Amino acid sequence: MKLTRIKYTVFALLIFLSCSDDFVDVDSQDQNSEDFFNSEEDYQSALIAAYDLLQSTYLNVMLGEIASDNTLAGGESAIDVPGIQEIDDMIHTPVNQQLRDIWGWMYSGVNRANYIMEFQNNIEFTGKEGVLAQTRFLRAYYYFELVKWFGDVPFVVDQRILFGDQFEIPRTPKSEIYAQMELDLIYAADNLPYVQSETGRVTKGAAQALLGKVYLYQEKFPEAATVLQDLINNGPYDLISDYSTMFENDNENNIESVFEVQYTDQEGAGFGCLQCSEGNVAVGFNGIRNYTGPDFDSGFSFNVPTQEVVDEFENGDMRLETAILDIDAWAAETGATFSTGFEHTGYYNRKYIARDGDANTGDANLTNPNNYRSIRFADVLLMAAEALNRGGINDMLAQQYLNRVRERAFGNSDNNVSATGSALTTAIYHERRVELVGEGHHFFDLVRTGRAANEIDGFQAGKHEVFPIPAIEIQLAGNQWEQNPGY
Amino acid sequence: MTTKLLSLVFLLFTVFAFSQNVTVKGTVLDRVTGQPLPGVNILVKNTSKGASTDFDGNFTIPDVAINSTLVFTYLGYKEQEFIVTSSNQINISLVEDTESLDEVVVIGYGTQKKKEITGAVAVVSSETIENLKPTRIEQALQGQVAGVNITSQSGSPGAPATISIRGVSTNGDNRPLILVDGNVIEDLSVINPNDIETLNVLKDATAGIYGVRAANGVILITTKTGKRNRPLSVEINTYGGFQQTTRKIPLLNATEYALLVNEAFAANGEDAVFSDVSGLGQGTDWQDEVFQNAAQYNVNATISGGKEKSSYAYGTSFLSQDGIVGGGKSNFSRITQRLNYSLDFLENFKLNSGLIFTHTNKKNLAENGLGSVLFNALNMAPTFSVRDENGAYTIAEGLGNEVINPLAQVDNTFNRTFVDKIAGNVSLSYSFLKNFTVQANYQFNYAQVESNVFNPIAFFGSGKVFNRDRNEVVINNNIFRDYTFDAFLKYEKKFNDTHNVSVLVGTSVFKTEGFLSGFVGFDIPGNTVENATLDQAGELQNIYPNGNAQFDARLLSYFTRLQYDYKGKYLISAVLRRDGSTKFGPENKFGIFPSASAGWILSEENFLNDSEVVNFLKLRASYGILGNDRIPDFRFVSLLNGEGTYVIDDEIIFGTAIGALSNPEIKWEKQKTFDIGLDAKFFNNQIDVTVDYYEKRTEDLLIVPQVSGILGVSAPGSSPPVVNAGIVENKGLEFSIGYSKVVNDDFNYNIRFNIATLDNNVVEVSADGDFLSGGSFGVGQDPPSRMEEGFPIGYFRGFKTNGIFQNQAEVDAYPTINDAVQPGDLRFVDINNDGVIDDNDRTDIGNPLPTATMGLNFSFEYKNFDFGAYAFASVGNDLVRNYERNQPLTNRSVYYLDRWTGEGSSNNFPRATSGANSNGLFSDFYVEDGSYIRLQNVQLGYSLSDKFLENSKISKLRFYVSASNLLTLTEYRGYDPTIFSTTNQDGTPASAIGSGIDYGFYPTPKTFLLGMNLKF
Repeated sequence: MKLTRIKYTVFALLIFLSCSDDFVDVDSQDQNSEDFFNSEEDYQSALIAAYDLLQSTYLNVMLGEIASDNTLAGGESAIDVPGIQEIDDMIHTPVNQQLRDIWGWMYSGVNRANYIMEFQNNIEFTGKEGVLAQTRFLRAYYYFELVKWFGDVPFVVDQRILFGDQFEIPRTPKSEIYAQMELDLIYAADNLPYVQSETGRVTKGAAQALLGKVYLYQEKFPEAATVLQDLINNGPYDLISDYSTMFENDNENNIESVFEVQYTDQEGAGFGCLQCSEGNVAVGFNGIRNYTGPDFDSGFSFNVPTQEVVDEFENGDMRLETAILDIDAWAAETGATFSTGFEHTGYYNRKYIARDGDANTGDANLTNPNNYRSIRFADVLLMAAEALNRGGINDMLAQQYLNRVRERAFGNSDNNVSATGSALTTAIYHERRVELVGEGHHFFDLVRTGRAANEIDGFQAGKHEVFPIPAIEIQLAGNQWEQNPGY
Repeated sequence: MTTKLLSLVFLLFTVFAFSQNVTVKGTVLDRVTGQPLPGVNILVKNTSKGASTDFDGNFTIPDVAINSTLVFTYLGYKEQEFIVTSSNQINISLVEDTESLDEVVVIGYGTQKKKEITGAVAVVSSETIENLKPTRIEQALQGQVAGVNITSQSGSPGAPATISIRGVSTNGDNRPLILVDGNVIEDLSVINPNDIETLNVLKDATAGIYGVRAANGVILITTKTGKRNRPLSVEINTYGGFQQTTRKIPLLNATEYALLVNEAFAANGEDAVFSDVSGLGQGTDWQDEVFQNAAQYNVNATISGGKEKSSYAYGTSFLSQDGIVGGGKSNFSRITQRLNYSLDFLENFKLNSGLIFTHTNKKNLAENGLGSVLFNALNMAPTFSVRDENGAYTIAEGLGNEVINPLAQVDNTFNRTFVDKIAGNVSLSYSFLKNFTVQANYQFNYAQVESNVFNPIAFFGSGKVFNRDRNEVVINNNIFRDYTFDAFLKYEKKFNDTHNVSVLVGTSVFKTEGFLSGFVGFDIPGNTVENATLDQAGELQNIYPNGNAQFDARLLSYFTRLQYDYKGKYLISAVLRRDGSTKFGPENKFGIFPSASAGWILSEENFLNDSEVVNFLKLRASYGILGNDRIPDFRFVSLLNGEGTYVIDDEIIFGTAIGALSNPEIKWEKQKTFDIGLDAKFFNNQIDVTVDYYEKRTEDLLIVPQVSGILGVSAPGSSPPVVNAGIVENKGLEFSIGYSKVVNDDFNYNIRFNIATLDNNVVEVSADGDFLSGGSFGVGQDPPSRMEEGFPIGYFRGFKTNGIFQNQAEVDAYPTINDAVQPGDLRFVDINNDGVIDDNDRTDIGNPLPTATMGLNFSFEYKNFDFGAYAFASVGNDLVRNYERNQPLTNRSVYYLDRWTGEGSSNNFPRATSGANSNGLFSDFYVEDGSYIRLQNVQLGYSLSDKFLENSKISKLRFYVSASNLLTLTEYRGYDPTIFSTTNQDGTPASAIGSGIDYGFYPTPKTFLLGMNLKF
C-alpha cells in the first residue's frame, strides 16, 4: 500500500513537472520599445537620449579642425590613431575608423530623434510641441553634420531605420535633406522659447542660428540674413565683453552662447565606448602632453595649431592669447613642464585643452567637463554679415556686425573694417577664421566658400570637399551606394 | 551384474571423490592499502553458490568442492579467481582497476559500462587529479584528454582558464556545459579538485542528450561519495610550497638602455638624453622588483563511510595562494565544505544527496593589458630607482601616459571579491515492476558575489592616465541563483539473453536568475582603504541608475534515449531532445536535437575471441545535431535598455534609449558533428589505444556581426543584433595510447601519450561585412584579428614584412606606407602589387590556434616510491608581442641590441629612432611562433610501508615533493606561451577573435610543493 502511494506520488510529480511550454515565456525587466510613449515622462525621457549623441560630436569638432589648415594631427607618434593622421594629411581613404564613428554616431542621433517622431501621435499632452521642437532641432543638427561630412546621405524621417531597412535606403541628394532641416528648424524656432527654464536645452535662438547656418551653406543669402537678423534683433544674446573668459568652465552657457553641447566630469568613461562619455573627449585628446604646471591638465597633444594660423592673427588681436597657447613661453613663465608629441608645433588649442580644477573622474582624459560652444553669438554676427555681404543685401550692416566682433577683439574701434564688396567678404572670412579657430568650423567654411584647395595642402578640388563614406558601410548596406568621387 | 556393481561402486567413489567438500574461509584485502574489502562477491564457478565478505573482509563458504574455482568480483577492482585445494584459510588481495572496462561511466541521466559506450567519452579519474594537485580543475584536464584544450587567461591566483573541446566554433561563447553532480557550474574555481571522483568529457554527438547546450561539449563531474559497507575512514591531504615566475624577459640594463635611447634621439636629430652613461651600471631590474616567491598551501580532510543501506562523505578544505606579482595583493583563498549522503529507504527506493558550500576571496592587480603591473615593469626605464631620496616611490616621468612605477601601482591597488556559494542536489529513484526505474533530481546553486574596489587619490607622474584626484570605492553586490529539475523514467530489459534494451524518457527544467546592485562612493575620508565603505563616502552614485539589474533565463526540455545491444556486441544508441529556451523568440523557441551512435565490439567476435594480441577492440561512430543557445537574453525583442544620458542644468539626466538591435528571427546554433573512433587493448591489456576522427560543422552560427551604422548601433548602450550567420568547421584526429606494465610486485610503470590535431576553418561569414574583427594592438590602431571566410577563426591580419630597407636606393625602389620611411625601417610587402602600401596589403600573418596539442604522462612505482611526470605541448600557434609601449624613453628587450645600425647590420630588427616611423604598425614583425612544450608536473612520493604502519590505525601515509611548470621549451620571447585568451584592453572578456595577443601576460607560476597524504 505504502509502495503504491510512493509510486503514484512520483508519477504525479513527473506529470506535474512536465510543465507546459509557457514556462519559457518570460517577460523582460526592460520595457519593449514598441510599447513606450504612454506619458509625457516617456517623451521627455526619450528626448534626453536623443540629446545624448550631441556629446559624441567632440570628434566632428576635433577632426574638422585637424582637416583644416589650422592644426596638425599631433598625438604620440605618426601611427597614433592613423585615421586622424590621414585626414590631417589629406590622404584619407574609405578605410577610416574615425569617419565610421562619425557616420555611426550621427545616425544614432538621427534614429533616436526619429524614434520619438515615429510615435509623435501616441498621446497628447501640454507642451508636446516643445518636445517635438527640440527633437526636430536635434534631427536637423545630426543631419547637418552628416551632410557636411559626407554630402548626399541616406535619409529617413519620422521612423527608425530598422534592421533590414539598410538595404533599401538610397543616398538622397543633400538638397532634399536641407529642405527637411529647414522645415524642422522652422518648426523648432516657432515652438520654442528664447529662454528655457533648464540650461542645456534647445532654444528658439539655437534653432534660428542653425537655420541661418543651413541657409548659408546652401548660399540662400536672403533667407539666412532674414532669420539671423531676426535672431540678432530679437534674441537675448550679446557678445560677452571679455573674450578670454569665453571658454572657461565657470563661464558656460553665458549670454554669447546660442547653443552649447553640455559636458560634465561627474561620470567615468573608458576607451571602449568614447561616445558613452559624459565628458568632452576632444579636450583630453587636445591636451598638453605630460603636463605639470598651473591652470592646465595633461592630455594627448592632438590637434596642435600651426604657425600659419598663429600668424593669421593681426597685431593687437587679443584673441590670440585665448585661442593659442604658446607652450614654450608658458613653460618659461610658469616653470611648467611638458613633453613633446608628434608634429609638435609649440602651440596648443587653448580653447579646448584640459584645464585644472575638474574632478578628473577616471579616465581623466575622457571626462573633461568643458562644454562645446557650438554656436556663439559672434558666429551668428559673422554669418549674418556674410549673408548680407555675399547676398549683396547690405554691406553697411554687414560691416557693423563684423566690427562688433572686431571691436571686442581689439578693445577699440581702431581696427574696424570699412571695406565693401569682395574685400569685405575677405575680411569676414579672415574674421571667421581667427574668431572661431579651434572650434571645428574652418574646414567646412573653406569648403563651402570654395577656398579649400588653395589653403589646405593636399586638398584636391572635386574630391576632398566631402569625406568618403566608409567602405565597410557601403558594403554593409548592400553596395547600393556610390562612393563619393575620387575615393 | 558384477560390472554393474563395479560401476556403481566406481560411481559412488567418483561422487565421493568429487564431493570431497570443504568449508572455505578467508579474507579479502585491497592489495595496495591492505584494507579489508567488505561486500566482495564470491561465486563458486559454474554453480549458484556464493557469498560476500563481511565488514572485516571475511567470508565463509561451506561445502565447496576441492578443485572448484572461486571468482572474486568487486566493483572497481580486477576480477580474480582462486582454485580451492584445501580448507586452509585463504587471503585474497584484489587490485584496484582504474581502467576497468566494466567501469561505469556517467553519460547523462544515467550511467553506462565503459565497454559499451558508443560515443567519444573521455574519463579523468580521481587518481589523475590527486597526482596533479591542481588548484583548479581545469589544470587536471590539460593534456589528459585528447581534444580538450585548456588555455589560461592569466597565471594569477584564482584566474579562470578557458576550456575548449575540439576547437573553437564561434566568436561567441565557446565554453562547454559543465555539470557537477548534475548541477550547472560556470565558475570552476569554487570546486575543490580533491572532492572529485570522476570527470567525464562528452566530446561528440553523445552530448546530444543535453540538446541546446551541448554544442561546445559537456563535462560531467561527480563528487566523491562514501562507499557502502565501509568503516569510517579519514583522509587528510595537505601540501604547501612556493611559486615563482616561469620566466623573466631579458631587458636592457641601464647602460644598454641609455645608449639605445641616445642613438634613437640622435637618429631623429635630437640631443642625447644621457650625456654620460658611464656611471649608470645595471640600474634597476624592475622585473626583480615586482616578481617574488609566493606561498601556496592547501589542507583537505575527508571522512567517509557507509553501512549496508547508506553511505556518507564529508569533506572540508582550505586553500590559499599568493601571487608571484604583488604577493598578498593578488591572493586567492578558498574554503569548501561538502557533504554527500545516500540512503536506500527500501531495496528499490533510493536517495542520493549532496551539498557544497564554498567561500572564496580573491584579490588581484591590473594584469594582461596596457598599464598592467608587468607591462609597467617591462617598459619602466632601468635608470629610475625604485624610491627617491625621500623614500617615496619614484615618479616615472617621460615614459608616456601609461607607463608608471609598477611598485607604486601595486601599493595603490585595493580590491577583493568574495563569493559565497551553496550548491546542492537531491535525487530520488524508485524501481518498480522489475524493469522500470523512475528518478527525480533537484539541483540548485545560490551564490552571493561581493566585490569591493578602492581607488585612492594617487599621483604617478605628469599626465599619467592612472592619476586620480578623487578617491572612490566601488561596491557590487550580486546574487545569482538557479535550479535544475530532472525527472525521468527508465525501462531496461534483456530479452532471450541476447537483446538488451534500455529506454529513457524524461524532462528537465532549468531556471537561472540574477540580481545585481552596486554603488560608487566618492570622497572617502583620509584616503585610506580602512574607511572605504559606502557610509563613509561623501557622495554616492548608483551603478544601476535605471534600476535595471535582474535577469531570468530558463530552459524546458524533454528527452528520450533508446539503447540497444545484441549480445553486448552490436550496440546502438539514439537520442532525441526537445529544448525550449527563453533566449529565442516565439517562432524559434523550441528546437529538436537528434543524435545517434553505434558500436561494434569486434573482440567479441569468434575471429578475435581467442586472440592473444587483441584483448579488446571496439569500433564506434556517432552523428548528431547539437545546439547552442549561449547568447545574451532577449535579443529577439527590442528593449529600452540602452544608454541615453545627457547633462541638463549641470546634472546628469538618465533618459530612455533603445538597447541592442533586435532580431526576432534568431534561433539556436546547429552543430552537426560526426565522429568515428576505435578503442582497443592489446597484449594482456597492457596497451590501450583510442583513436577518433571528428568533423564538426557549426551552422547558423550565432554571431554579433557588423551592421550598417545607419541603424544606430553605435549609440551608447546599443549594439548590433545577434544573427545566425556563418559556418565554422573544426576537424581533427585524436590519438591516445597507454602502456602499463607490472614488472613485479615491486615495480610497475605506466606511459600515456595523446595527440590531437585541429584544423579550424571559417567556411562562411554570411553577415554583410564578410568578416568580423576584434582584438587590439598598440595604441589607436585598427583591430588586428579577424574571423573571415577561408581563414581560421581569429587569424592575425597585418602587413607582411620583407626585411629591412638597407639604404636609400632600396627605399626609393619600393612602395612605402608614407614619406617618412628611411633606411633601417621595416619593408612592408606590397601584396597586391599596386605600387602603394595601404589597407589592401594587410594579409594573413598568423593563427592563434594550435595545429596540434600533445600530452605525455609517465609514472612508475618502485617499492615504496612513486614517481610521475607529465608534459604538454602545443604546436603551430602564433602569438602577438604587444607588451612593448614603444615610446622613445621606455625600456626594451635585449633583442633590440641586434637592431639595424647601418647598411648590412640587420635585416630583422629595425633602427632605433625617436622620430616618426611606421615600424610600430601591426606586421609579422610582432607575430611570433607560440609553440611550446612544458613539463607541467613532476612528482616523487614515498609511502610508508605496511610493516611500519601495522601497529597504528594509519592505513596509508605518503609524503611527496612536486614541481609544476618546471621547464618550458619555446621560442616565444614573451612571458608565457601557454596563455592564449585574455581580457580585452577595455576589460571586457576576450572572444575568439582577438585571442593570442600578449599584453604582458601574467605568467603561470612555477610551483614547488611538499605534501602529505594520510589515511586512517
